[in-house]
Amino acid sequence: MTPPSASKKTVKKAAKKTARKAAAKPVAKKAAIQKTAPKRAGKPGNRSVIKIDGMNKWYGNFHVLRDINLQVYEGERIVICGPSGSGKSTLIRCINRLEAHQKGDIIVNDTELTSDLKNLETIRKDVGMVFQSFNLFPHLTVLENCTLGPIWVRKMPKAEAEALAMEYLDRVRIPEQAGKYPGQLSGGQQQRVAIARSLCMQPTIMLFDEPTSALDPEMIKEVLDTMIELANTGMTMLVVTHEMGFANKVADRVIFMDEGQIVEENDPKNFFNNPRSDRTKLFLSQILNH
Amino acid sequence: MASSPSQNARGYVATASLPALPPPVGTTGPVGWLRQNLFYNLTNSVLTLVIVWLLWLLVSSSSGWFVFDAVAQAGSKQECLKIDSGACWAVIGKRIEQFMFGFYPEAERWRPLVCFFLLFAAIGPLLVPSFPARRLMLWFSAFYPVLTAVLLLGGVFGLPPVKTALFGGFMLTLIVGVTGIAASLPLGILLALGRQSRLLAVRTLSIMFIEFMRGVPLITLLFVASTMLNYFLPPGTHFDLLLRVLIMVTFFSAAYVAEVIRGGLQAIPAGQYEAAQAIGLDYWQTTRLITLPQALKISIPGIVNTFIGLYKDTTLVIVIGLLDPLGIGRAALADSNWNGLSNEIYLFVALFFFVSCFAMSRYSLWLEKRLATEHR
Repeated sequence: MTPPSASKKTVKKAAKKTARKAAAKPVAKKAAIQKTAPKRAGKPGNRSVIKIDGMNKWYGNFHVLRDINLQVYEGERIVICGPSGSGKSTLIRCINRLEAHQKGDIIVNDTELTSDLKNLETIRKDVGMVFQSFNLFPHLTVLENCTLGPIWVRKMPKAEAEALAMEYLDRVRIPEQAGKYPGQLSGGQQQRVAIARSLCMQPTIMLFDEPTSALDPEMIKEVLDTMIELANTGMTMLVVTHEMGFANKVADRVIFMDEGQIVEENDPKNFFNNPRSDRTKLFLSQILNH
Repeated sequence: MASSPSQNARGYVATASLPALPPPVGTTGPVGWLRQNLFYNLTNSVLTLVIVWLLWLLVSSSSGWFVFDAVAQAGSKQECLKIDSGACWAVIGKRIEQFMFGFYPEAERWRPLVCFFLLFAAIGPLLVPSFPARRLMLWFSAFYPVLTAVLLLGGVFGLPPVKTALFGGFMLTLIVGVTGIAASLPLGILLALGRQSRLLAVRTLSIMFIEFMRGVPLITLLFVASTMLNYFLPPGTHFDLLLRVLIMVTFFSAAYVAEVIRGGLQAIPAGQYEAAQAIGLDYWQTTRLITLPQALKISIPGIVNTFIGLYKDTTLVIVIGLLDPLGIGRAALADSNWNGLSNEIYLFVALFFFVSCFAMSRYSLWLEKRLATEHR
């Protein structure tokens, strides 16, 4: 990693450069506005962006998700936790239909998730996802990873897509790595590129599937900081994580899952201090006292 | 002075960072290389000397026959023997044109020669990304097969027509080999994708094709091409034998290429597909931009292996009467002037194949290196 003083300088320089570019490019301008949006005081909006109603999912005969009911409002930050195998990853993977559910409804931004390809296309443009194992494309540079979606899905001209990508790489503080391949970066840097790649599609909802679980302890912070900054811009976020500090600091609501079921839904203060369910208490005691 | 951590049980603190020092003398550069690779220890040194000695024996005993006692020019084997005791390379010199062109009419031999030299201009931009004016040259590559067909077959633009039965020698090897390679790669990719398709009909057809082609010897397919196909075609239709061979060789090699590429596709982690889907790419975009480039890269050694096999298998066309270099060699051996010179003739043909295949092998290594982006 670069020493802090040097990286700050390059970031500033790059920021100036992209700002100049942004003035010329209408799309990049939109991104810039998003970036400078006022910090949200903490109250989510009233518009429901995700509505999950009586949703069930099976893997063959195994009932993974059982009667899930969940509403997410615009700008809300939700942390989902629970023991492994509880179905939390499967739940968020259902929201952009990497997994198909078998019963019940999922409605994202007024579009119902069905096997209809048109709906799928709309939803995937609107919903970004960050994976535990980054899943960057190893044969493409960092910049190409970021411009792929805008160019091929949003049909954006290449120069515009690159300006946009630089804007977001700047925001996750690694514009100087744009020309490198993912294999040359540290885990934390790779995950930040993955976040930038998702943001380049300018989604309204971001899903995070254990984004820090594959990282060394010293790199967890840089990724969490990036996510906190993103939360401050008012992005709707669903985060599966074991980082309870992050949940406490950022979440509007914490959801605890066990055996495919939502066991408890609470605001972070009550979730950590007065959990209502015994299973939650057990889980918290196991992860907090070691 | 400063105590090392092991000496001091009460703890240790580094007071300054240690500077980077140059490596000890004799561990880098040519001397270091010799030590590391040839004289690492006693066993290693002895083995090196023994091998050098064996190499010397081989070279000193064979160089006489190959070079110093060899005869380059003579009219027949008898004349060769009168001049010297080594190899009679004269037969190659006398027959070189046949080895190159088969029985292609002498006055028209400039046509295959032009095709041969243009071949480099056509495959260059496909193989080397930094080729000058690549975009433009790729159009030429696309046009090259038509150009070659016109030049070799003639019958238009005042070029006298030449029958494919007269094609032979290295020219025939190159026609069958290059066409087979160029056509079987795209077909193999489609078959590999087809075999993994969710559409049952596409998948079944791909599997049937691959398993049938792989399950039958190439010689059988060539016989089918030369004889049985006539029973299926309406009477009176003319379907050139060389064209049939080209199709069969392509199908045969495509089945192998498909399986190699399928192996590559299966090595791509599921996360790559998921990330591509999450961005919103559709099936063809994901395949073209994400999975196929990575799968092809992994498959390079296997693909080139298949192509080298195909290239050498082109000699099998001899069984259906086409005159590949081995056929021309046989014709030379049947000549009473050159009777019994099989060593010289087969060594020469072997050299031709070795040069071509070694070039392919080197190219694949270069390509692998160029495409290596992970863990650099």
